[in-house]
Amino acid sequence: MILNGSEILANVLIEEGVDTVFGYPGGAVLNIYDALYKYSDKITHYMTAHEQGASHAADGYARSTGKTGVVIATSGPGATNLVTGIATAYMDSVPMVAITGNVSTPLIGCDSFQEVYITGITMPITKHNFVVRKVEDLADTLRDAFRIAASGRPGPVLVDIPKDITAAKTTYFPKPKDNTPLRTDKVVGNLEEIAELINRAERPFIYFGGGVRLSEASDELRELILKADIPAAYTLMAAGVLGYGERNNLGLMGMHGNYSANCAANRADVMIAIGTRFSDRVALNTQKFGHNAKIVHIDIDSAEINKNITADYTIIGDVKAVLRKMLPSIKETKHDAWIEKIEEWKKDDYIPEDSDECLKPHFVIETACKAAGKDAIFVTDVGQHQMWAAQFIHHTKPRNFLTSGGLGTMGYGYGAAIGAKVANPDVPVIHFTSDGSFHMNMNELCTAVSYKIPVITVILNNAVLGMVRQWQAVFYGRRFASSEPERVTNYAKVAEGFGGVGYRCTTPAEFEEAMAKAMKAEGPVWIECVIDREEKVLPMIPAGGTVHDTIFK
Amino acid sequence: MKKQCMVLLVENNAGVLARISSLFVQRGFNIDSLTVSPTEIESVSRITIETTGDLKTINQIIKQTAKLNESKLVFSVEPEFSLIREILLVKFASDNKNADALAKIIADYGARIIDNTGGCFVVELSDTPHRIDDFLDEVKGLELVEMCRSGAIAMERGSVSYDI
Repeated sequence: MILNGSEILANVLIEEGVDTVFGYPGGAVLNIYDALYKYSDKITHYMTAHEQGASHAADGYARSTGKTGVVIATSGPGATNLVTGIATAYMDSVPMVAITGNVSTPLIGCDSFQEVYITGITMPITKHNFVVRKVEDLADTLRDAFRIAASGRPGPVLVDIPKDITAAKTTYFPKPKDNTPLRTDKVVGNLEEIAELINRAERPFIYFGGGVRLSEASDELRELILKADIPAAYTLMAAGVLGYGERNNLGLMGMHGNYSANCAANRADVMIAIGTRFSDRVALNTQKFGHNAKIVHIDIDSAEINKNITADYTIIGDVKAVLRKMLPSIKETKHDAWIEKIEEWKKDDYIPEDSDECLKPHFVIETACKAAGKDAIFVTDVGQHQMWAAQFIHHTKPRNFLTSGGLGTMGYGYGAAIGAKVANPDVPVIHFTSDGSFHMNMNELCTAVSYKIPVITVILNNAVLGMVRQWQAVFYGRRFASSEPERVTNYAKVAEGFGGVGYRCTTPAEFEEAMAKAMKAEGPVWIECVIDREEKVLPMIPAGGTVHDTIFK
Repeated sequence: MKKQCMVLLVENNAGVLARISSLFVQRGFNIDSLTVSPTEIESVSRITIETTGDLKTINQIIKQTAKLNESKLVFSVEPEFSLIREILLVKFASDNKNADALAKIIADYGARIIDNTGGCFVVELSDTPHRIDDFLDEVKGLELVEMCRSGAIAMERGSVSYDI
C-alpha cells in the first residue's frame, strides 16, 4: 500500500503495539500530526505544556509499564527541549523512542529556521540515533529503533525525520512486531565457582540495583535471598523490587541509605552486586567500598564490569537468566550470627522525630503512602523530598517508584507522573515534589487539567533548595548561596489558576484531610505541605566517605 | 600507561566517526591517531585507533566502543602478532647542506624520494610507528621544511580470525 512517511510512522507505531504517545506539534512535524489525526482511533496523543514534560511523560509511561515510551517533537527548539528527558532516560536505562522532525532535506546544513543537528546533540545520551534520509528506509529504521530501545540494557533511541521524508510516498510493507526475546539467556562467567563462593560465605551480602527491576527478576532474587539466607540492600533504582518488611530486605543503601545496610556492605565477606553499577552515590569511596569482601558483579552490560570498581568475580548476562542458572547450585543455609549482627546495627538506624504540631517529612510521606494504598505509583522530583520518599515509602512493587536516579533531574516528576497515570488509569499516582523542583515544570498542570489526569502532587515546601542548603549547612559553613530564594508562590491559587485544585497544610490533621479529599478528586490536586527548612535527609555519608563517616544529625 | 592499537569494524554509515570520536571525548579517552578506511566488505569501514591509557582505561575503551550499535567488532592489536604501519612524508630543500647524511638515512630506512620539484624533494617512508619516530629523530636536525604522517593502520598476521 502506498503511504506517505507520516502514515508509515503511524503504522509502524501500531505494529509495535504503541497506543499512547506524548509530544508537542510544530512546523516540521505537521505531516506527522496530520497522520496522528487520521489514526487517532488507534493512537492517543497527549500534548504537554513543554516538550520536556512530554519526554518525562514518555519516561514515566515506560518505567511504570515496562513498555517503550514514545515522544514526538518538532525540529530545533522542540528537539532540544527533549534533551533533558532523553538524558534522564539514558542514565536510568529506560526504553524510549524519541521522534523529532527536522527541516526538509535540501534545507539541512543551511542554518534554516528551527534547524538543529539533534542527532549530534543527542549522540552521548542515546543508546543509538538515526537520521532518516529516504522514505523507503523509514519503516525499518523505526522498527530498529524500537528493538534497540527495549533490548539488552534498555535506553532511549532518537529518530530524526526531515519534513520532506514525512510527506514523501512509498510502498508500506506491514511486518508483525519482532517478538524474539529482548534478552538472551546467555551467561558468561563461572557460575559454579561463584555459587561455591556464596555457599562458603560467612557474611554474604547482596547489593542490587535497577537491573533486577528491568529483568523482572524479583522472584529469583527473593529465592536466592531466602534460600541462602543473604541480607540484601538496594539502590535508589531498585526500590520496590523486594517488598517492605520482607525477610532479609535491609532497605536502601548508599549516601542516604540505612546505616545498618551500609554497615553490612562494609563488613560482608562476599558481596554480590546484581544489576547495578557501583555508582558514586553507593560506592562513595571506590577504594574502601566492600573492602572486606570478595566482590561478585552480575550485569548484562559488560562495559559496567570493572568500570567503577574492580570485581573479583564477574558474570555477564541478564539477571533473571543468571539467577535461574545459579540457584540450583546454591545451598540452603542459615547465617544466624551474621543476621544477628545486622540486627544490632539496626538499633542505630536513624529514626526521625515525630511531631503533633508541625508537618515532618516522614509523616507526610508515610501518610500519603497509607492513603494511596499498596498499589499506588509514587513519582518524585529530585532533592531532599526524593530521598525522604525513597526512605519512607513502604515500597511494595518493582515498577511503582519512579525517580530520576542517575541524572538527578529536577523537574522530572510532574511529567513522569502524568505518563504513569495515563498508563495506569486505575491506580493512584502520587507525585512527591518540593518547591525547588516543582518550580521547574509545574506548568504541566495544564496537561493534567486538559486531559483530566488525577495525579496528586504533594509539595514539601521548605521555602529553600533543601538539598543544596543541606550541603551548604554541613560542608560550607552555612553560607546559603542562592538556596533561599524567598519565593512567595501561592500554590493553591496557582493550581486554581490552571483549573486544578490546591490545598495548603501546616499540621498533620490538615494534611490527612487534604489527602483524603485528593484521593476522591477526578482531576489533578496539589497539596502544599509546609515543612521546616532545617529538616535534613539523614543519615548521610559525605561524598567520598564510608559508613564510618555517617552523619546522624 | 600503555600505548594500544585497536581496530573497530563498523557499519559504513554517515556519522559513525562522529559517534566514536564523541564517545572518546565524553569519557576522557585519548586518541593518539585515528584512520578510517574501506574494507573488503562494502558496508563495513575499518577504524584503526592508537590510544594511550592504563589497562583499566583500555579495557573500558574497547567495551564502550564495542557497545555502540554500529560496531560490528572491536579488537586490540598487539605488535608481536600484527603489522602496524604509518606513512610519513617529509620535505627538504634541494640544496640541503646535509644531502649526503640524508641520503644515507633514507637508504638505511628503506625510504624513497617520490618527488623532486620546485626546489624541494619529498621523502616517503612507510613503516612501524616506532621506526618512523626513529627516522624523524635522525632527520629533524637536517633542515626539514615540512612533514606530515598518517595515523596507523593495522592488520593481524595469519588467517582472518573474525567473521562478520
